[in-house]
Amino acid sequence: MAQDKKVTQTKAKVLIIGGGPGGYVAAEKCGQLGLDTILVEADRLGGTCLTRGCIPSKALIHAASRFEAITAAATTGQFGITVDAKPKLNFMETVDWKDGIVGKLESGVAGLMKRAKVRVINGWATFSDAKTCSIETAEGTVVVSAEHVILANGSQPVELPFLPFGGIVISSTEALSLPDIPKRLVIVGAGYIGLELGIAFRKLGSEVTIVEAQDRILPLYDSALVTPVRRWLDRHDVTLHLGVKARGLGVDGRSLEIETTNHETITLAADRILVTVGRKPVTDGWGLENMALTMDGRFIKVDDRCATSSRNVWAIGDLVGEPMLAHKASAQAAIVAEIIAGKKRRFDPVAIPAVCFTEPEIVSVGLSPDDAKAAGIPATTQSFPFQANGRALTMAAGDDGGFVRVVSREDGRIIGIQAVGQHVSELSGEFAHAMEMGSVLADVAGTIHVHPTLSEAFHEAALKSMPHG
Amino acid sequence: MGQYIFRLPDIGEGVAEAEIVVWHVKVGDRIEEDQSLVDVMTDKATVDMTSPVAGIVTAIHGDIGAMLPVGSPLVELDVEGYVGDTSAASTPTQPAPNPKPDPAPVAAPTPKATPAVATTPKVAPAKTAAAPAFATRPAGDAPLASPATRRRAHELGISLQYVPGSGPAGRITDDDLDTYIASGGSIGTSSATTAPKTTVTDTRIIGLRRKIAEKMQDSKRRIPHFTYVEECDLTELEALRQDLNANRSSDQPKLTLLPFFMRALVRILPEFPHVNSRYDDDAGVLHSFDGVHIGIATQTPSGLIVPLVRHAETLDLWDCARELARVSQAARDGTASRDELTGSTITLTSLGALGGISATPVINHPEVAIIGPNKLVDRPIVQGPYVTIRKMMNLSSSFDHRIVDGYDAAQFIQRLKRMIEHPALIFMN
Repeated sequence: MAQDKKVTQTKAKVLIIGGGPGGYVAAEKCGQLGLDTILVEADRLGGTCLTRGCIPSKALIHAASRFEAITAAATTGQFGITVDAKPKLNFMETVDWKDGIVGKLESGVAGLMKRAKVRVINGWATFSDAKTCSIETAEGTVVVSAEHVILANGSQPVELPFLPFGGIVISSTEALSLPDIPKRLVIVGAGYIGLELGIAFRKLGSEVTIVEAQDRILPLYDSALVTPVRRWLDRHDVTLHLGVKARGLGVDGRSLEIETTNHETITLAADRILVTVGRKPVTDGWGLENMALTMDGRFIKVDDRCATSSRNVWAIGDLVGEPMLAHKASAQAAIVAEIIAGKKRRFDPVAIPAVCFTEPEIVSVGLSPDDAKAAGIPATTQSFPFQANGRALTMAAGDDGGFVRVVSREDGRIIGIQAVGQHVSELSGEFAHAMEMGSVLADVAGTIHVHPTLSEAFHEAALKSMPHG
Repeated sequence: MGQYIFRLPDIGEGVAEAEIVVWHVKVGDRIEEDQSLVDVMTDKATVDMTSPVAGIVTAIHGDIGAMLPVGSPLVELDVEGYVGDTSAASTPTQPAPNPKPDPAPVAAPTPKATPAVATTPKVAPAKTAAAPAFATRPAGDAPLASPATRRRAHELGISLQYVPGSGPAGRITDDDLDTYIASGGSIGTSSATTAPKTTVTDTRIIGLRRKIAEKMQDSKRRIPHFTYVEECDLTELEALRQDLNANRSSDQPKLTLLPFFMRALVRILPEFPHVNSRYDDDAGVLHSFDGVHIGIATQTPSGLIVPLVRHAETLDLWDCARELARVSQAARDGTASRDELTGSTITLTSLGALGGISATPVINHPEVAIIGPNKLVDRPIVQGPYVTIRKMMNLSSSFDHRIVDGYDAAQFIQRLKRMIEHPALIFMN
């Protein structure tokens, strides 16, 4: 077999593995900095984020929200709007629309690579040593040796051994490209991915049941932030089974067996079982073991420059640890590219903002009140409810219990900002900016915020935190 | 009596910590102002710390060999009439930055550590006790600065941990950074503006360059080179050359020195037939030639090429110059034929104005000799009781020591020297 396959050898200054928001940003930046760069992607450019994560899920969530709003108009009416007939959903068209967005962005990435003069190789890379890899492509094998290697292999959904993917058991990837809306959707894992998708499918008409081993949903967020989401789930008849263990498929193959804390076994009928129990770095199958890199648990160990234990081998994104977020990967990518180009850089953000696109949305930047307490920092926490925000009321976004919360130190320095409410994801930029600039309460209080906008709630929360007089 | 705490001052030049080397005082000692307290060593120098005040030592901090960060309490003193510091032990969260009393750089002279010269850091006690104008950071707290300021500090190699921030909550502004730098505060060791260049460019040695590499390697591997350098007085030859050039007809080429060397070689080589040879060392046969085929080492855009002037014995001076110009131009143009590139029996290599003082020419294998005139220069020369200025040129040469003994080589060069020093000999029959 090896004889009839073409083998070509090539060299590059920078070899980047993975075309996601880590890898393609690194490639673009390296190219712009004049470095001879090769980007290797086995699947589609854009990686998890663009093709089976952030982007397609947000498209689906948006379509689901529109469908829900129109359905509401058809049943009870809203804002004086009524619709005579119930809206119909052609889910195949929804998926096509979503795929169209993904395709557009994917070709956009390809264009960026072209403009930055990055050589993109479509194939699976396997390293034989830290600086050399062979790539199996449709045309044959390409052996690349590079001066610098940037690993941006990303992550993949965690599979449960007693509930392997296949048949009705699906991961988030399949959930974003289902042929139809499952009538009964059971979700294992109440983290942000499970909840985002569960809420979207509920809006699209599925009966949704969520199973979670811990005794609460969204275990990474404090209860104040989660309560509005919990309330939405309750109001929309999403069944929650908390503190239970998934046991495996039922004997009929169309149900999930769970065990409650009382050791009772319950069988949940399901057309689809979506397993969202987390993601793990992709560390198998590409020769990581030949690279002799120091690991940090299941992640690759890097320093604050994203340097691995091997000289001129860099790793970014989901491979190097939590949080596994696209924007963290992109930020690290830019830093590594500049370091390779000879600049002195390090990855030292004050905070990496995180958003849950649930209903309502959650934003978190910096320390929560509990984090501050655990760190022994005397802190003041103040919230401002969207119920008292004019813009929220005009968008019917004031009655779901949302708020903006500011955590500040005694000297006024803001150490954490969180919000829950409709559309609050768009506030994440202001929050992160305030944190990075080292803002104190007076900085936010002294910034004129547009009326009427949701951002006024941030202004108000900062004002409330300040000592009077 | 008041408690005065002497802290390890900012010794400057990027020093963040220092090692205690020798204690000069112990608890209970009564010390005078400027008396030595302790020697501390940084990676740059050993510095003698003297007391800014007189008093009685009540506590010393740090064993010999201990590394202390800048700002750490070193010595506690009971000072007459001093009101201020509380005990060091009761202020564990005192900031690491040196207690600069005032953000204005002039008010806070930072002692410079100079090797071998003990300096005396002055820290005014009263001011140290005064509330600093900037907010302080709790120990271990990340410094507060915008991403742009953080990046700039990192590029400058400055740890913001030691930069006083003037902004709210101790925020460090760009101005604070400038003030810190201006006050002698410690730019890191690495140069700020020039990042190390790590690029290595690989070029495959192919084509002519590979041929050159192989030829040179082959020559040096096979031939034990014997190099001989002699000094020649070319005053007469130069005079002749300039006269000929000044009076040449329009169809005559401009003469360089090389045609004279070619003619001189033609005249003397019959006396040294083994020098005008090609040595087939694989076969163990030396081919000595009656005809003189002179290789002309020529720099072309793609590298060194040695075309040759055939049968120089048939050419007069002007023809030598013409032929020399023609073959070297052909080599540069890449139009030289195979015949014009192979078969030389001896080679001339001259770098002209770049000729230098001497060289060790590499023999054009399978030849056995190569002659390399160096640069022609005016030099003071002793002639009898006088020093005069003469046009001097060194003549470097290498011989295949398997064929040409040192004695013969020297004889050959001395004959050549005589020829070119007395150019009339070149033209005499």
